[in-house]
Amino acid sequence: MSAPSDGWSDAVFREIKARDIEVVCTVPDGGLTPLLKMIEGDRAMRLVTLTTEEEGIGIATGCWLGGKRAMIAMQSSGVGNCINALGLPAAFRAPCLMLVTMRGQWGEFNPWQVPMGQAVKPALEAVGVRCFPVDKPAEVADTFIAAADIAYNSRISAAVLISQRVIGAKGFGQK
Amino acid sequence: MSATPNKIQRRPFMAELLAKRGKALIVPGLGSPTWDCFAAGDSPEYLYSWGGMGLALPTALGIALAQPDRRVTCVTGDGEIMMGIGSLAVVADNAPKNLSILVLDNEKFGETGRQRGLTSSRTDIAAVAKGFGIPATMTVTEHGAVAELAKFLFEGPGPVLAVAKIAITEDPWQLPEKDGANIAHRFRLSLGLDQA
Repeated sequence: MSAPSDGWSDAVFREIKARDIEVVCTVPDGGLTPLLKMIEGDRAMRLVTLTTEEEGIGIATGCWLGGKRAMIAMQSSGVGNCINALGLPAAFRAPCLMLVTMRGQWGEFNPWQVPMGQAVKPALEAVGVRCFPVDKPAEVADTFIAAADIAYNSRISAAVLISQRVIGAKGFGQK
Repeated sequence: MSATPNKIQRRPFMAELLAKRGKALIVPGLGSPTWDCFAAGDSPEYLYSWGGMGLALPTALGIALAQPDRRVTCVTGDGEIMMGIGSLAVVADNAPKNLSILVLDNEKFGETGRQRGLTSSRTDIAAVAKGFGIPATMTVTEHGAVAELAKFLFEGPGPVLAVAKIAITEDPWQLPEKDGANIAHRFRLSLGLDQA
């Protein structure tokens, strides 16, 4: 596999492996592509492709109930699909770790992404999820470590919000 | 779908079915499937649910992936499976051999006042499951099929889905533990994952 050029996916992948996270659930996003490729290429891991992000909350909770660690990787628009579902790990006192690549934020081209992009952090916090925003590539891995460790050790829900500044805005060839 | 009214009485049907579960872990959906399991006799291997409609099947899938040597059976209703119907594609894609699904289909939103559900007209959940790639399905309309259903759910290779066409019945309330932390703890304790 060729090395990704984004500077953070390798480090996050290493931390995922170091924490024995074996299952990663996703509705994919462009910014997650290098990381998802590494997960898919790892024979000890399972990449679960979802129809909607909320399923990932159920699967990750089920994995913990059965003794395995899982997480969910999604685009910010998917956070809106997860809100009611986040009551499940909260009720079970189960850990829930989310990695979210942001849209509708830093230089967004597509107006349809803006409302949900703005709502991600307040909506997650309203249902009790601890948010860990990060806007520098060099700080993504440390932020992931902080979120993962509080999620699994304190059995709460935590979300790493990777800024569009890290991912880069998609321009659709327009100025 | 039904030319004749559904006949199966859910409480005795579920009691007889669960008596044949062996070591299967049961993941009942919120509402009546949870009440049915508790009414049949409490067990830490029943992961009772009081919310998160649509999530019983994804939760069961997660448990099945984490416990590949244990049979896991999701018992849900027509309303809940329809809310998360796409999860059948995720189950088919991951093909867990230890996962089975039972849909108790009374064609109504029983918990909220028996409003009509989407399976009351044209939607056939077993046919939908086949289309999503669930290899084997079964539709049960008679109480007498419970032994055959138990074999299908608890013994054969998964993933499989069965639909039981159940009657609308007036059953006494049977409410289990509702503290999720306690439900999760006793479930994990039974798997040897938590300390007492």
